[in-house]
Amino acid sequence: MELLEGEREEILNKVNEIVKGYDDNRENLIPILQKVQMGIGYLPLLAQEKIAEALNIPPVDVYGLATFYNQFRLNPPGKHQVQVCMGTACHMIGGQIIMDSFERRLEIEEGETTSDREFSLERVACVGCCAIAPVVVINDFVEGKVSPLRVDGIMLQLQEGKEDSNSLEGEAEDKSPEEKNERGNQE
Amino acid sequence: MGFSPGSIEKLEEMKNKALEKINSLQEKTVVMVGTATCGKAAGAIEVREALKEEIESKGVDAQVIEVGCMGHCYPEPLIVISKPGFPALCYGDLDEGLAKRLVNDFLIEDDPCFDYALVALEPNEYFPAFTDFPRGVYEKKIILENCGFIDPEDIDHYLAKDGYEGLSKSLEMNPEEVIAIIKDSKLRGRGGAGFPAGTKWEICRSISNGNNTEKYVICNADEGDPGAFMDRSILESNPHQVIEGLIIAGYAGGASRGYMYVRSEYPQAVRRVRTAIEQAREKKLLGDNILGSNFSFDIEVFEGSGAFVCGEETALINSMEGKMGVPKHRPPFPASQGFRLNPTIINNVKTLSYVPYIIRKGADWFKGIGTEESPGTAVFALVGKIDFTGLVEVPMGTSLQNLIYDVGGGVPQEKNFKAVQIGGPSGGCLPEDLMDSPIDFDSLQKAGAIMGSGGLVVLNEDDCMVEIARYFLDFTQKESCGLCTFCRLGTKHMLDILEKITRGKGDFDSLKILQELAEDVKKGSLCGLGKTAPNPVLTTLRYFEEEYKAHIEEGRCPALMCIDLIAFYILPEKCSKLCSACMGPCPTDAIYTRDDGLKAVDQEKCVKCNSCLVACPPEYNAVIKLSPPELVKEKERENS
Repeated sequence: MELLEGEREEILNKVNEIVKGYDDNRENLIPILQKVQMGIGYLPLLAQEKIAEALNIPPVDVYGLATFYNQFRLNPPGKHQVQVCMGTACHMIGGQIIMDSFERRLEIEEGETTSDREFSLERVACVGCCAIAPVVVINDFVEGKVSPLRVDGIMLQLQEGKEDSNSLEGEAEDKSPEEKNERGNQE
Repeated sequence: MGFSPGSIEKLEEMKNKALEKINSLQEKTVVMVGTATCGKAAGAIEVREALKEEIESKGVDAQVIEVGCMGHCYPEPLIVISKPGFPALCYGDLDEGLAKRLVNDFLIEDDPCFDYALVALEPNEYFPAFTDFPRGVYEKKIILENCGFIDPEDIDHYLAKDGYEGLSKSLEMNPEEVIAIIKDSKLRGRGGAGFPAGTKWEICRSISNGNNTEKYVICNADEGDPGAFMDRSILESNPHQVIEGLIIAGYAGGASRGYMYVRSEYPQAVRRVRTAIEQAREKKLLGDNILGSNFSFDIEVFEGSGAFVCGEETALINSMEGKMGVPKHRPPFPASQGFRLNPTIINNVKTLSYVPYIIRKGADWFKGIGTEESPGTAVFALVGKIDFTGLVEVPMGTSLQNLIYDVGGGVPQEKNFKAVQIGGPSGGCLPEDLMDSPIDFDSLQKAGAIMGSGGLVVLNEDDCMVEIARYFLDFTQKESCGLCTFCRLGTKHMLDILEKITRGKGDFDSLKILQELAEDVKKGSLCGLGKTAPNPVLTTLRYFEEEYKAHIEEGRCPALMCIDLIAFYILPEKCSKLCSACMGPCPTDAIYTRDDGLKAVDQEKCVKCNSCLVACPPEYNAVIKLSPPELVKEKERENS
């Protein structure tokens, strides 16, 4: 995906700021990648190259890790992140149908971001809410017992930003800054 | 290191202070809200806010505290109200309205609203308690006992429940004595394989410390099984129990450093563990000279980045060293050569959770529960087509029948039970004939499944066994690290075959190849992932071969699940002209009105999303699934 205007500088600054706190021990690689992803939302190739430089390892090692682990993403997240649970319980009750519905509505495949960067669609292994399957997570807000019809409803709420959507967005705002701070401060 | 008298007294002091605080808390009304991830998803945060608001605005003298998960997932969000003079009562399926009503009626007016109460915590003369239900009879809670009843973010709650007594007792013994107790208790690793924990510790301890080798203990909380969530639940509900176990393991194994390897997908668990470590440090239960002894130990959190194979201990070590999570050849086992090439003990969350209780109550107490070869309890995440989904803890040796029908409440909606999938992607599917088999490490292995991580999915007549095999293989194939050829290519090839079968394009030869490949992958893989990946395929082939045959021979999915082999059809004799409930939900406008006013499905447009079937009112029940899809044409001819 193309970098947006000004994104290049932003990435360089963020990466520099994060790697400063670490020595070039290889054991720091995963924590650094996690922090960078937390900071800019994903791991652009540019950031991976800079991290490799800082740790004194070949860029391919960084790329290898970034593609090996499920947590890391190479595409920027959308403004609204849609995650469809594909755990056993959700799958057996129709998780794939929900995924198909989102793919149809958003016209992207799982793992992709819409070109206007409004929506990204991902699968998650299990969010541990098997009792209310099938589950989708929208902007950190877990919604259970989703039907294809509800997918349309969710999309309408997100697109129009109606009053209702407070429940989808308010919750995310409510907890994520606190969480991010706490996780950002750890060393 | 070793014998350090006085630590028990030091802890006693701490406990008394904690008890004072907890007792004064109990003199007042306390409302406990379950806010583990599962509770939050069901709306526990809204309930908590509504309770707080109402309590404050009405000026009630009551305290709202957050607890973890009680294991009863089906009626989330859950709260427990303990008011002096009343039995502690548990209420389920809460919403803001009911929360406010309980504040007004119960907290202010003294009416406990029994209509809404689920169960009482202790036996009493007013309301049935846990022990009055089959689930309460069969369950034997050890490591889940305090989960959901104590505040995980306040160490005093754990101390008041005899917390860290296992540690203080251990510190008054020699490390060798601690190992002897664990060995005597026959505690087996709960990560899946069932290796004796005491033996592992002993190996680590026995490696010569002459050159001042560092040793490590790691708690494996990289729960990757898509359908098991007990590790997350324990960490979110009672993190101190795991930390105490880890410290004892460190003391026994001769380590000075411990790590909690937690999946980063579990942000709340990570946060609560960090808080717990911080509090333990403040109380000098971690750090230099723990409880005044000469034993020093500290714990760090490592956030795993999500790779199923990292549950394998050598792969876990690689990932901690900043490499790809690829397993290594064993031996050398991590206990002799692990993290940074130093001796390393790696135990699962559940294994470590048992340790404090065994030290406190003795090996004989532990051996008195469960079976001879597998003492203790087993924790399962009951999900799927079962009434009481949630976390359960039963003694080893309990039969599947008791677990599913008595503890789990059986299969809902009068559907027929078909199979139970145990152990997640590494486990297998067991049919009804095996329902009498006891649950322990060895019996399950004999039947073709494994204890694994403890995921237990109940399947009914609507679930296709070929599809479930395909689902798990799809998962392991994606998670295969790619090191061993058999696992990397074999699982891929097996998946191709299964996909063909679920599309109705399989043939009999491929079934034979599937069987052969499954056995080869088992033999040709280095780690547990590859060795067990074929299990779901092998067990479904063994117990449900006729379903495979139906797919191949007739292009029919007996469970009406495989999308390519079914079609949706509206029965004209049942459909009503007055109703168009199915049309709105259809995402692709595939339903049209026929000339006679009834509805029909345009098979070209239909994406088989099931919406019309759900929407059709029960008085008509006109939408059905047909397999093979060619049946639709036949039906249409019949009706025209």
